[in-house]
Amino acid sequence: MSKKFTKDHEWISLEGDLARIGITDYAQEQLGDVVFVELPEAGRQVEQGNDAAVVESVKAASEVYAPVSGEIVEPNVKLEDEPALVNQDPAEGGWFFTMKVSNPDELNDLMDEAAYADYVKELG
Amino acid sequence: MRYLPLTPTDRGAMLSRIGVNTIDDLFIDVPEAARLDGPINLPPHQSEMQVERDLFAMAAQNKTASTVPFFCGAGAYKHHVPASVDHIIQRSEFLTSYTPYQPEITQGTLQYLFEFQTQVCELTGMPVANASMYDGSTATGEAVLMAHRITRKKRAVISARLHPHYRGVIDNLSDMGGFDVASPADSVNGVEDLIALIDEDTSSVVVQYPDFFGNIMDYSTIAREVQSRGCLLIVVVPEIISLGLLKRPGDMGADIVTGEGQSLGNGLNFGGPYVGLFAAKEKYLRQMPGRLCGETVDADGKRGFVLTLSTREQHIRRDKATSNICTNSGLCSLAFTAHMTLLGGQGLRHLAALNHARAVHLADKLEGIAGVEVVTPAFFNEFAIRLPAPAEQIVEALAEKSVLGGVPVSRLMPDSDMDDVLLVAATEANTEADLEIYETALRDVLKGVSA
Repeated sequence: MSKKFTKDHEWISLEGDLARIGITDYAQEQLGDVVFVELPEAGRQVEQGNDAAVVESVKAASEVYAPVSGEIVEPNVKLEDEPALVNQDPAEGGWFFTMKVSNPDELNDLMDEAAYADYVKELG
Repeated sequence: MRYLPLTPTDRGAMLSRIGVNTIDDLFIDVPEAARLDGPINLPPHQSEMQVERDLFAMAAQNKTASTVPFFCGAGAYKHHVPASVDHIIQRSEFLTSYTPYQPEITQGTLQYLFEFQTQVCELTGMPVANASMYDGSTATGEAVLMAHRITRKKRAVISARLHPHYRGVIDNLSDMGGFDVASPADSVNGVEDLIALIDEDTSSVVVQYPDFFGNIMDYSTIAREVQSRGCLLIVVVPEIISLGLLKRPGDMGADIVTGEGQSLGNGLNFGGPYVGLFAAKEKYLRQMPGRLCGETVDADGKRGFVLTLSTREQHIRRDKATSNICTNSGLCSLAFTAHMTLLGGQGLRHLAALNHARAVHLADKLEGIAGVEVVTPAFFNEFAIRLPAPAEQIVEALAEKSVLGGVPVSRLMPDSDMDDVLLVAATEANTEADLEIYETALRDVLKGVSA
């Protein structure tokens, strides 16, 4: 399936019942150089909109929220040693974690790529 | 700006606007019994000279730590602070020691903060330290909150031999944060079974070193057992000079070490301001409270200092900050750094050895008095003794003889059933003559008790 997006600038892509989550190119650009990422441990249950991770740049620290509810499966431990991946490759290699989606209906709350592009355009 | 007091007309206009007749009408919610019905009962005003004379006469009735033989400790220790410390902290490079809001422009301040952190790391044996907290008790409270954050649990197991004031701060923070605390029963010495109190909701175990009764324990085994249960060991050091002799908490495997830095560079100050020490394992760096100063190089490659990792802090992370601490005890940490620098490693070891020798000598003397039992088997510069009468009573009698003989445990632990236990501290500030005076005075006082 194609990606869905949140107003908080996370992306989510579904692969079977597993979803992969990251932050958007717009988000990494706003943050600036990412210096640290705090990831959730596998097995943690999160509700849609809960804090799931923290991304810290030279100028700010922000939460990464769970776009949908479910159970964390795998954190991208590569980011611990190489947080700059979030800047270099936000849409692929810079993913934050995968999760088992408990309620796929929640995906309907999210924007598709075109809607997100419009949303970002509005933000200026 | 000139201060222009209000005229009765101004006041009348304001009162009528808000709909009351007199200022007293604003206080009707205060119960009648709690209101003053006349002026406070004070003597009429006096000249400045007369006030000075009266106050000096009143002050002269005090028996102070610097005027009589003094053996009180229990978390606040009287040490000799060299006059050079006072000179150094008043140098213009350090003005002001207030928290730097444009930090990089105050390189002098940042350099001493960096040196302070380095000293705290070396003293505690920990890899990272922050640029100080308010005092030992608040540092310990923050350590418990940090352990809760790291483990996502919310219960702390606390040694019953943690200073009761430190415990009070943890209790306050726990009440407000919805966290739990658990402790074993009170005891003066022996091994406390803290491990048995750990449950699946426990984040940390808090122990004091040396403990409230002066006991010195090696916490290495406890550290391993605590960590094998997924918890953190927090070691609290209220008398930092002890680390000039003792095995460092970091070498025992402590996860977080907090301490009180008053003993270096700072006087008793009536109980504060003091300076809190906070150090942790490197993997917990980003969960630490407070400010951290880092060393770097400028564009020309020259050594310089910056405040670092401030993205954890309140002005950036808002409610997600690691702590709501916004400042530190800057001047006290500067005095700590100056004193520690003047001492050096060798000087600190000598100072610690002197403290220990004085305390051992005093313990030997007191133990020679019939009815007195030293109940702390191994100690640094403070130990507990058991007396044949309530300690409060003995301390009062000693004070009559102009000896401040220690802190009765019942004063800090009123519910502990240890009325006969007295904490006695001796430092390098006590002379041999002081020890003699104490021994003689206690012997006399106890004669009166048994007679």
